[in-house]
Amino acid sequence: MSPVLSNLSRRGFLAGGALVVSFALAPRAFAQLAGGGEGGAGPAVVAPDLKGSLKSTPWLDAWIRIDADGRVTVFTGKVELGQGIRTALIQVAAEELDIPPAAVTLVTADTDRTPDEGLTAGSHSMQDSGTAIQNAAANVRMLLAAEAARDWDVPADQVTTGGDGRLRAPDGRTLAYGEVAARLSLHVQAVPDAPLRKPSDYRTLGREQPRVDIPAKLTGGAAYLHDMRLPGMLHARVVRGPSVGTSLQSPDLDTVVRMPGVVTVVRQGGFLAVVADRQWTAIQAMRHLQRAAYDRAPQPPLPADGTGDAVAATLKALPARDISIMDTSEPAGPAARTVKARYTRPWISHGSIGPSCAIARYVDGTMTVWTHSQGTFDVRRVVAELLGLPPEKVHAIHAEGAGCYGQNGADDVAADAAVIAKAVPGRPIRLQWMREQEFGWEPLGPGMMTELEAALGADNRIVSWRHAVWSNPHNNRPVGAGGVLAGNEADPPFPAPEGKPIPMPEGDGSRNSNPLYSFANTHVVYHFLKDMPARVSALRSLGAHLNVFSIESMLDELAAAAGIDPLAIRLDHMRDERARDVMQAAADRFGWSKRPKGDGRRGCGMAFARYKNLGAYCAVAMEVEVDRETGRTLVRRAVAAVDCGQPANPDGVRNQIEGALVQSLSWTSREQVRFAPDRRASFDWSSYPILRFDDVPGSVEVVVMDRPGAPFLGIAEAGQGPTAAALANAIADATGVRLRDMPLSPDRLKAAIGPV
Amino acid sequence: MSVTITVNGADHALDVDPSTPLLYVLRDDLELNGAKYGCGLGQCGACTVHIDGKPAFSCLTPVGAVAGRRIRTVEGLGSAGAPGLLQQAFEKEQAAQCGYCIAGMIMRAQALLDRIPDPDDAQIRAHMQTNLCRCGTHMRILRAVRRAVALRKGTQSAQEVRP
Repeated sequence: MSPVLSNLSRRGFLAGGALVVSFALAPRAFAQLAGGGEGGAGPAVVAPDLKGSLKSTPWLDAWIRIDADGRVTVFTGKVELGQGIRTALIQVAAEELDIPPAAVTLVTADTDRTPDEGLTAGSHSMQDSGTAIQNAAANVRMLLAAEAARDWDVPADQVTTGGDGRLRAPDGRTLAYGEVAARLSLHVQAVPDAPLRKPSDYRTLGREQPRVDIPAKLTGGAAYLHDMRLPGMLHARVVRGPSVGTSLQSPDLDTVVRMPGVVTVVRQGGFLAVVADRQWTAIQAMRHLQRAAYDRAPQPPLPADGTGDAVAATLKALPARDISIMDTSEPAGPAARTVKARYTRPWISHGSIGPSCAIARYVDGTMTVWTHSQGTFDVRRVVAELLGLPPEKVHAIHAEGAGCYGQNGADDVAADAAVIAKAVPGRPIRLQWMREQEFGWEPLGPGMMTELEAALGADNRIVSWRHAVWSNPHNNRPVGAGGVLAGNEADPPFPAPEGKPIPMPEGDGSRNSNPLYSFANTHVVYHFLKDMPARVSALRSLGAHLNVFSIESMLDELAAAAGIDPLAIRLDHMRDERARDVMQAAADRFGWSKRPKGDGRRGCGMAFARYKNLGAYCAVAMEVEVDRETGRTLVRRAVAAVDCGQPANPDGVRNQIEGALVQSLSWTSREQVRFAPDRRASFDWSSYPILRFDDVPGSVEVVVMDRPGAPFLGIAEAGQGPTAAALANAIADATGVRLRDMPLSPDRLKAAIGPV
Repeated sequence: MSVTITVNGADHALDVDPSTPLLYVLRDDLELNGAKYGCGLGQCGACTVHIDGKPAFSCLTPVGAVAGRRIRTVEGLGSAGAPGLLQQAFEKEQAAQCGYCIAGMIMRAQALLDRIPDPDDAQIRAHMQTNLCRCGTHMRILRAVRRAVALRKGTQSAQEVRP
């Protein structure tokens, strides 16, 4: 076994842990577990009184093992996506066990070793896994203290810890955790009330902690799945038409099988791949096969062009199921001013910098798949169904990939690699998609539209609020073979399942369509569109991007109509104290009250949302400068304030919010997938440009609110919606022009401003 | 066909199709992880290395064209145990999220610092324009490059670099 493999797949695997009687997870029905974590049903709840993912996996030894020498191994079903969760979870475990972070080895999602916590998605990891590990660690520390107390014959509450992995008696005697652990079994269920450490005693949680994954990423270390090299590994490329819905007619297999270095061609139904001893050979063979003409399957019409009207026309042509999200009525005064507006977002690519990759190996009837999917356990389900293998014969292991920001090609490429590996038993198969395959075949973030109508009374209170949103499902995450391309290409094909909405409170297209503000007479409806013109699935923040953009744009439209300050109209309608606090914190740090007034060129905007109305609170304020000749908008400075409960790693929080802000500026100001009449037409970074260094803000500052001991609230998706609206509001403040159709591009702004 | 290339100061004789992009030779033959496949089109910079001191897209460069030329990769700047100046600065600023673009960013920035020891912010932004980051780590990458400049000058404490 190569050093790389052992590093990635066996890191920290310490057999024979002293505390472990057996490493058993509760048996559960196979189908019940699928697809949790995006906001839909997750792994089955077996212990409802416990917190976080302990509800579904209550056994302490599923989460924490302590070896006789004191080494601590912590297990999580969540995975590192570049969001820093590995470091944050190590901090949580270290704090609650009261040991140094360096003493903790963390094992991330692996179907043979860790709890199934559903997807790593929806900003759930801190709530689900952080909370589970925190409470599991508190249980373990409590059990260790009780055992030591018995040994010393002192009351358990007089046994203390000092942050060094030793238990202390009042008289100064000490025992190492490992010694005590050797006498205990942790194959017991957690109790709900194990005391947590006091925030005033924290040594690790809430302190800046350099991320453990960064050094290798800066120095060419083996940091990614892409960097794994297994003995005897072959390189594969999958061969498809240019984009979803196309299929190659008659690829020239005869020539390719004779190419030197080509090991084999795998063709099963509509699935086609080449396997070679070298990557470049596989790529050349793939290119040759792709010269074939292709057919296009019929599908609902794609948008005729990139305009908001075309997005709206495309969506409104689809049959809708109407879902009432919110419906309140109370007495309110008559409307003095009414504003009505439509907002749209086009289809957006995840745009991972590294195209998706997987390694699969089929040996002795067992398939092992290394995957950077957000749903490691779902990869097992998909591959088992696709290949007709019992689930226990599929071992899926997470290894890091490039940032995915939702469901990109990761799940598809894992299934592709498994199909190829099954056909070439004994040899590890490394498959990486090409750039144009990632753009052409990954599920996109869905195009969406909203229509809002809101009215202000004479006292500047909002007396009615109507919000309608049209969207495809955002959660088409695969939980079976029909959810991946290779399944659709099998003979006979596994049909793609019908898309379903995620119910509130989390929602999908409806996410954040229910305002957190207190408006009178609020009516929110979700026009759910199950038929998908383009292949779509989860993109970071799901519908919150457009819904928050719409709500927060409308608030500024109302404020402008009535001559009210944008911060004042928000505070006037917000009762949630934490929401008020983040708005005020962002405004204070920004200098909102002393901001430069819109002068045709410069202007300021702000926006707020609490993600899903149950996650992190985030407010964003920014100042823009518009070049009226070209329509180019530069963000001179941006300030975000975020309340995520107790932050695990404040710098990690800032990193995520800065990233969300910059990424949302890119989505909102310049991104849209282009379509030909019947297929996608964005294949590279010139046909799908994203933000580059010339256009990033002059400065970005993030204020992290101090909430000692408050429950964790994930932050990865908190900033996207507020950033989008703050940009539109700042542009409106600067120019007097309100842009409602994303992208808020220079061309559109220039056209809206008119002749200079 | 045999091609000899010089990478990070060491010569390697390889039996390889000379049309093979340098990227695949670095990754698969020399087992160097730094340069990444991002687009294969020279549009994203994830594969950036230096050829004779100049930044180049290794995904577009046939290995046959670089025989006898000096190739430097991020592994040539330092290691996790003994990081180079830019690597130290990126670590200090925690200038990575997924990090897939970062080795290319560092090599791109190194080329600037090799040419202009004390670049201003506009020069840094203009120079880094070729490289894409999707996580939105740009602000930290810019800070890290400025920090590396300051570290080299040795005239400012680390804290003073932060804007």
